[in-house]
Amino acid sequence: MSRDAIVLLGVNHKTTPLAVREKLALAAGYEEPLRALGQLEDLREYYLLSTCNRVEVLFTCRDVERARDRVLDLLFGQAITNAEAEQYVYRYVNAEAVEHLFLVAASLDSMIVGEAQILGQLKEAYRHATKVGSSGFILNKLLHKSFSVAKRVRTETRIGAHAVSISYAAVELGRKIFGALAGKKVLLVGAGEMAELAAEHLVAQGIAEVVVANRTLQRAVNLARCYNGRAVSLEELLDQLRQVDIIISSTGSPDLILRKEDVRSVMRERRNRPLFFIDIAVPRDLDPGINDLDNVFLYDIDDLHNVVEMNKSERDREAVKAQRIIAEEKLKFGKWLANMESTPTIVQLRAVVEGQVRAEVEKTMGRFDGMDEQRRQGLERMVAAITGKVVFPALHYLKTDNHCIGMPERIKTVRELYLLDTTTGEQEES
Amino acid sequence: MSFLLFQSSVVVYLLATAAYLVFFLTQKNTLRRTGRAIFLVAFLLHTANLIARAFEAGHTPITSHHETVSFFAWSLGCCYLSFRWRYVVKNLGAFVSLLVFGLMLIAAFSSRTMLPLPPALQSWWLPVHASTSLFADGFLALSCIGSIMYLLQEREIKKKRFGLFYSRLPSLETLDKLNHHCLSVGFPLFTLGLITGSLWAKQAWGAYWQWDPKETWSLITWFLYAAAVHQRFTVGWRGRRVAILSIVGFLSVLFTLWGASFLLEGVHTYVA
Repeated sequence: MSRDAIVLLGVNHKTTPLAVREKLALAAGYEEPLRALGQLEDLREYYLLSTCNRVEVLFTCRDVERARDRVLDLLFGQAITNAEAEQYVYRYVNAEAVEHLFLVAASLDSMIVGEAQILGQLKEAYRHATKVGSSGFILNKLLHKSFSVAKRVRTETRIGAHAVSISYAAVELGRKIFGALAGKKVLLVGAGEMAELAAEHLVAQGIAEVVVANRTLQRAVNLARCYNGRAVSLEELLDQLRQVDIIISSTGSPDLILRKEDVRSVMRERRNRPLFFIDIAVPRDLDPGINDLDNVFLYDIDDLHNVVEMNKSERDREAVKAQRIIAEEKLKFGKWLANMESTPTIVQLRAVVEGQVRAEVEKTMGRFDGMDEQRRQGLERMVAAITGKVVFPALHYLKTDNHCIGMPERIKTVRELYLLDTTTGEQEES
Repeated sequence: MSFLLFQSSVVVYLLATAAYLVFFLTQKNTLRRTGRAIFLVAFLLHTANLIARAFEAGHTPITSHHETVSFFAWSLGCCYLSFRWRYVVKNLGAFVSLLVFGLMLIAAFSSRTMLPLPPALQSWWLPVHASTSLFADGFLALSCIGSIMYLLQEREIKKKRFGLFYSRLPSLETLDKLNHHCLSVGFPLFTLGLITGSLWAKQAWGAYWQWDPKETWSLITWFLYAAAVHQRFTVGWRGRRVAILSIVGFLSVLFTLWGASFLLEGVHTYVA
């Protein structure tokens, strides 16, 4: 009478290189894979999450090993080999799975810690799961809990309100220059990991459009697709400068790709609307003199590092606080699960005792069916009352926290005492 | 009566300024709300003072130096509150309340006697010309404050050294918008002040323009602001350059208000 296990399988930006993640991403949306998972009879409840940085599947099942292999085979089998799956896919069970989900929801597992976008993606994924009816009692509770944990982390710590990384610092600077970032356009020059990271953060702030310029157009197209943006070639750079507001440059070019004079002429055409350049390339892509122009702001990687350093100690404190909240909530959810475990026992115990009381009453008073309504109701109440009194000590024993004896132990004791696992007929009241 | 109201409004302005400044340093939100409430009370007291004085004097109280500066402070409060109602500009209150309080102090230390109005000034042009000009000055003062904030913020972002102001001042965009808004309201009002003054001069002294120091300096100020507005709307000047022009323009406004009256003799000398 043990409950189902909660299992979480997935890959994210920490464990898996981009090339593999790209292959695993669910490009065609949630519908199809969810339906495919529905075909597996090992799974009770399941849900899927796919973002640019992670693909995760969460399910409950009886036989962990078997279900895990089947799910891996179904979702990732075509894209990667077994050896690769062994290497990249992380597997969490029960408490660990719960913790991981909370970490993801609270954006502590994100590429940019504290970014707010992930919660929206989580909710979206959950909506899909409820639509096909694949989430049940346990997952509903677990996912709703993860939303409230995320909210708690956000309100009780300032993890989302401070520059927690370089790209966050860039966003904060952008806000000080442009006010709201909503409606602004960003140009990524070069499509490296860092540029991607910064872009992700900017998109979470409501950037209107992402334009990607790269030497190899294919890479630019791939990245642009990730943010519903468009790709251009490097030759169009100056043209694009007229339209965009924020430029993140990270090419591997050994020379400068933009000089002060180029930008000066563009500013005239822009009627001096501000431009914010972020140069995260080493060696630098942009002429440091650009910063001297009016209404143009240039930050390179060292400048951003300094900004981050100023916020660092604060961020560390906030992250510790957030971890504490997660641990606390994990514990609470564990308790809820444990209680869940005892519920079937309670139901069964009540049913057994009530059956016996009823049988004895009927033996003396005659069958309930033949009685007049008033008398029958009186006797029903009596049966319920006796049942309640008899099972009370057992329920009390089950539900009160007992530090010496664990919940499974207590359930076992009750089941043995009341002979709940032996065949009916031999049952006796103790 | 008006004296009492004036005294109390100065004291309450002082409290508001103190609350705003403490808020500026500590960034505690409750203080901001307190500061705003106190400022509003001071402003209402001040309004009552102006009305009471108008009844006691029997004419618009913008004739003596005390009255002019007090009305200037009041119009600045008006502009700020009108702006506050439309946009949110973080920590603007701290700067505005400081300037308003400063002006009130200056008004408090100048003679408050009410003198009879010379016949030449007894006209309904007085309220129209004087209040339009002073309201224009209020908006221009606000634009100057916005420009100072802009330059402080821009300096920290450009130099990449973040001190007191980076987190406390609003974004450059917001400050630039504040400046834009104030110039596009203040400049037309200022122009209107010049025109009404000129019409009144024709009526009172028989000539539209007599090159008295105050008129000359007003014209210089007008050209400064005209340059700023022109550059802004045609070439798209914004940010630093317009901010500097606005500050220079406002210094010229202050000189017109005080320098032209006390250092240079002319028909505009205050009654007192």
